[in-house]
Amino acid sequence: MRPIAIMDRPTAVTGARRQRLEQLLVLAVPVLLIAWLAANTAANLKAKGVTTGFGFLAMPARMGISEGFLPFVAGVDSYARVVAIGLCNTLFVSVLAIGIATVIGTAVGLSRLSGNWLLSRCAGTFVELVRNVPLPLQLLLWYQTLLNLPSPRTAIQFGGAYLSNRGLFFPTVSAATTLWLVAALLLAVTLLVGLRAAGVSRRGWRRRLPALALSVVGAAAVLLAIGEVELDRPTLRGFNFSGGMAISPELAALVLGLSIYAAAFVAEIVRASVVSVPRGQWEAGRALGLPHGRILRKIILPQALRLGLPALGNEYLSTIKNSSLAVIIGYPELASLINTMASDTGQPIEAIAVLMVSYLTISLGVGWLLHRCEQRLALAQR
Amino acid sequence: MRGLAKLVAALALGGCAALGTVSAAKATGPTLTAVKQRGQLLCGVFGVVPGFSLPDSKGVMRGIDADSCRALAAAVLGDPDKVRFVMLTAQQRLPALQSGEVDVVFANLTWTFGREVPTGLAFPHIYYYDGQTFVVKKSLGVKTTKELDGASICLTQGSTIELTVQEHFARNGMKFTPVVFADVSETRKAFLAGRCDATAGDGSSLAGFKSSLGTAADDYVLMPERISNEPLAGAVRKGDAQWLDIVRWTHFAMVGAEALGIAKANVDSFAASKDPNIRRLLGMESGFGEMLGLRNDWVVAIIKGVGNFGEMWDRNVVGVDRGLNRLWTQGGLQYAPPFR
Repeated sequence: MRPIAIMDRPTAVTGARRQRLEQLLVLAVPVLLIAWLAANTAANLKAKGVTTGFGFLAMPARMGISEGFLPFVAGVDSYARVVAIGLCNTLFVSVLAIGIATVIGTAVGLSRLSGNWLLSRCAGTFVELVRNVPLPLQLLLWYQTLLNLPSPRTAIQFGGAYLSNRGLFFPTVSAATTLWLVAALLLAVTLLVGLRAAGVSRRGWRRRLPALALSVVGAAAVLLAIGEVELDRPTLRGFNFSGGMAISPELAALVLGLSIYAAAFVAEIVRASVVSVPRGQWEAGRALGLPHGRILRKIILPQALRLGLPALGNEYLSTIKNSSLAVIIGYPELASLINTMASDTGQPIEAIAVLMVSYLTISLGVGWLLHRCEQRLALAQR
Repeated sequence: MRGLAKLVAALALGGCAALGTVSAAKATGPTLTAVKQRGQLLCGVFGVVPGFSLPDSKGVMRGIDADSCRALAAAVLGDPDKVRFVMLTAQQRLPALQSGEVDVVFANLTWTFGREVPTGLAFPHIYYYDGQTFVVKKSLGVKTTKELDGASICLTQGSTIELTVQEHFARNGMKFTPVVFADVSETRKAFLAGRCDATAGDGSSLAGFKSSLGTAADDYVLMPERISNEPLAGAVRKGDAQWLDIVRWTHFAMVGAEALGIAKANVDSFAASKDPNIRRLLGMESGFGEMLGLRNDWVVAIIKGVGNFGEMWDRNVVGVDRGLNRLWTQGGLQYAPPFR
């Protein structure tokens, strides 16, 4: 663009303006097309007597929801709340699966490169087996496996926890105790920030983690000493356990399935990235007398990360989208709840529009975050 | 995969609505014209519900929904086998009809205000008076649905069941954990695996489910109460009055035939009947068939192809008391307006 403008200096302004006009025209075509389709759809739906619009989002939802991070009362809270609960569950499952997949995937990918014949073949078999079986099948396999656990009345007990086909139920500290621990953590953070501001300590945040952990443990010990720790234990009441915390078989199967499936792909990305770091880097490390592990951690992995990040980002994005397969095993994430919303309200087009916008927002958000990470890594190289 | 299918169905609906033009009803309605041109009726069914629509060992669709499709094909095309069964999930039922993918839906579909008034669909007749209830494992010792407080209930998306169960528990001050699946077969698999204490659905389809378990059926109890009214109805698109009439009066013809004692085996013996009611019903006078855009012997084709309403019932619905679905003369609700 620029060289042309310099060459036609007298007409540079009009040239630039014309180009802008052309681009606007090109942009206008899809925008107008979409607007025409939307308007025509709305008009035809109206002519057929189909109710349209997003007014239903504010109306109370009468469906039941099995688990979520926001309180929900059927018949009182709105469909907008249902969407929010689904969004939280989708994000929760995705973050968990991505975290686990990254850890397993890195380990498997590095194992595949290992000189140990058995280890590398095991890793290779894992990758080939997992990535060549369709994900829905794997999810059903995990789910049916978990449903074969004993019933609540004959649950497997260990410590205060119970494992059954209704999920894993384990004791938690009561709300009051949690509040005390959070307060202790906040106090410790404030103290450390204050100390740094006062110039007493200049250590980075990484060095402070032990101090923070210590303060929480200390607070817990104090609470224990004065008898303030209350445990909320699961007990079998009626049909099922109540009290404590629970991991449902749906959640467990979904996270297991998603993370193992993604781990196979992450493993291949890790392997490819490590291999594409020039051999000279290894040799240079060895020439300096560094041990193998240290070369890997300090020299190879940081460079491999930069190479593998775009591919890794794609894998993370598809994991988020794959979480919508939860509809087949009954975990209430976004797609599943919006399915129910679509049939309750009789407005599938709007419901699917909400679904599409939600996934688009998540994907663009994650894409932007990854882009920022890439930029930061690129800067560190200069 | 289900999500994708649903998305495609909804997009198809959007696309059709976007590209299609809305034509005013002509002398011969668009649906009848399309069916006659095609020479085949496109009928939306579940295809997975025993007693309603489920392929038998030879791959032939069996059930009261499937036979309702056949009766309509016999009325319109003179041949009960000129039907293509389009298998739909609970969520696809309405979009598939709205988008014109099928001509009519018989898929355990409950007639509700919300499904008729704001959706552009119409329900010509009720062919099954049903109600929702629960199936519970016998070993839990539950006697009534009021004893289900705290239970986990396996449910299927896309039907009225999620709402009625929620309202039943709220009304009785009880709590439950819903475990919701997109597909009825996954729901039932999870229930049989013990994930839930109960599963809920239409009494009729649960009875079919229970009887399909064979010897294991004795381990489960069908709760006697019904927590809702579920009038199962055929569904068509609004705005094609002629097609609505055809679907509605095909059903009434079968009910009327049962009341008059006309059955598959004896329909020919009525050819010389002097009874004006029979003569009008079987098209020997008054020309009712032509008024619908059909042949005058359309009812004869229905009875020869499928039988009367009672025959269709007895052939398909096994192990369920006919109850409300008896003829009005026997204390039921199946009642046909006169062919006059």
